[in-house]
Amino acid sequence: MKPAPFEYYAPATMDEALALLAEHGYEAKALAGGQSLIPMMNFRLVQPSVLVDLNNIGGLAHITPGADGSLRIGALTRHNQVETSAVAEQYAPLIHFAMQKIAYPAVRTRGTFGGSLAHADPSAELPALCTALNGRFRLVSGRGERWVSADEFFISLFTTALEPDELLAEAEIPAMPPRSGWSLMETARRPHDFALMGVAAVVALDEQGRCADARIVFLSAGEKPMSAQKAAEALRGQSPSAEAIRAAAESAAANEIDPADDIHGTAKFRRHLANVLCRRALEQAFQRAAGKK
Amino acid sequence: MQTFQRSVTVNGERFERTVEPRLLLSDFLRHELGLTGTHVGCEHGICGACSVLFDGQPARSCLMFAAQAHEHEIVTVEGLGTIENLHPVQQAFREAHGLQCGFCTPGILTTVTAFLERNPNPDENEIREAISGNLCRCTGYQHIVDAVKLAAKKLQAQE
Ligand SMILES: Cc1cc2nc3c(=O)[nH]c(=O)nc-3n(C[C@H](O)[C@H](O)[C@H](O)COP(=O)(O)OP(=O)(O)OC[C@H]3O[C@@H](n4cnc5c(N)ncnc54)[C@H](O)[C@@H]3O)c2cc1C
Ligand code: FES
Ligand code: FES
Repeated sequence: MKPAPFEYYAPATMDEALALLAEHGYEAKALAGGQSLIPMMNFRLVQPSVLVDLNNIGGLAHITPGADGSLRIGALTRHNQVETSAVAEQYAPLIHFAMQKIAYPAVRTRGTFGGSLAHADPSAELPALCTALNGRFRLVSGRGERWVSADEFFISLFTTALEPDELLAEAEIPAMPPRSGWSLMETARRPHDFALMGVAAVVALDEQGRCADARIVFLSAGEKPMSAQKAAEALRGQSPSAEAIRAAAESAAANEIDPADDIHGTAKFRRHLANVLCRRALEQAFQRAAGKK
Repeated sequence: MQTFQRSVTVNGERFERTVEPRLLLSDFLRHELGLTGTHVGCEHGICGACSVLFDGQPARSCLMFAAQAHEHEIVTVEGLGTIENLHPVQQAFREAHGLQCGFCTPGILTTVTAFLERNPNPDENEIREAISGNLCRCTGYQHIVDAVKLAAKKLQAQE
């Protein structure tokens, strides 16, 4: 028995859960899949005095397409539900593709979409992907609800725009415009481990085949999902030639990330990976956008 | 101290116990029910030794609280077969030398049993993917992969 003692509540409704969070404030933590929170509690890296278990609340696990081609994913949707969802594959192929890279089968049966976002590990896939896809999140509290864009939601290491009395209820991934392409490239020591470096690229072409829009977001590259806005901006309006892609990847890796220097890899090595992976990701994304698989 | 009256079905048998919130499911199985087949290696989700089937799906018992298992169904390695009558997956591991010290084995057996139900005829890549979350420091995995292939054959022959 390793976690420090805490009080446990498993409310059946969202209102009860929100009331408990409002009552206990910073002392309380929501418990979703437990795949990030419980390891930290087992090591006593965190010792919340109150846990509000969301698992008995109905309606929080869903994958719902919108008429405009967007996709809503409920906070309590398990990773393996998204992984096996044909709707997710159709509406958010990048997210669907990434699921197999997140942890192991026995972790994906428990870990949740909302938990991964709220946890805001800069090495996790979903925060970076939702940022690259211009996603937004519905946050609810006893005070009401608000939508926050992924760009504004992720603030720093394990820190988000969530107030202590708020829950993330669902994520919305907008439809990708016509002639869009995506890619996710990662390097990890073993498949499914947190990546040493990773990057998502989402691009769109105009009718002349020039880059109409690009989003490049790195994971494991800083204190939060690292969006390479300058490199992406430089691509806009250009034809996605090998030189343009090479230049974008080089400048993103050199100037727009802040990778860690630790036992898993030096910052220099990670920058090298960032450059190579970003180039490959942009190549693949532009190929997909041009209709070449 | 808060305590809860919990009713959990483990290997087909219903157990009623009083638990405190911080009791991990892994410790509940081992200490409260005496089912020490479920092993505890890392307690942070990495090693897979504690994997059980939770409502039929593989899950880490070290990353769940016993209080959360109320009215749920759990299968541990003890629920797969008996010493006299091994489960086909256990029999295959025995025949193909899919274990040495056996520490990782309970988690692998539960994971593989659920995997072969979903995917009765897997190729080698799918097998390696399925056991990617189970660390074995003895076998080098080759014999485990062989054992899973043999288990798939045994299960198919059974049908
Ligand atoms: C061995 C292992 C390997 C892993 N590898 C990867 C990987 O490669 N890539 C990856 O991305 N992830 C990985 N993970 C993490 C996994 O994806 C987790 O499932 C996820 O990060 C957290 O989701 P959860 O539902 O388990 O959240 P929990 O652990 O339950 O909660 C995490 C945090 O979020 C808060 N929270 C949860 N839900 C909400 C909500 N709806 N509203 C507000 N706050 C909330 C909690 O209070 C807590 O602070 C790994 C985990 C393990 C154990
Ligand atoms: S003890 Fe649970 S995964 Fe290692
Ligand atoms: S048999 Fe010893 S750890 Fe796998």
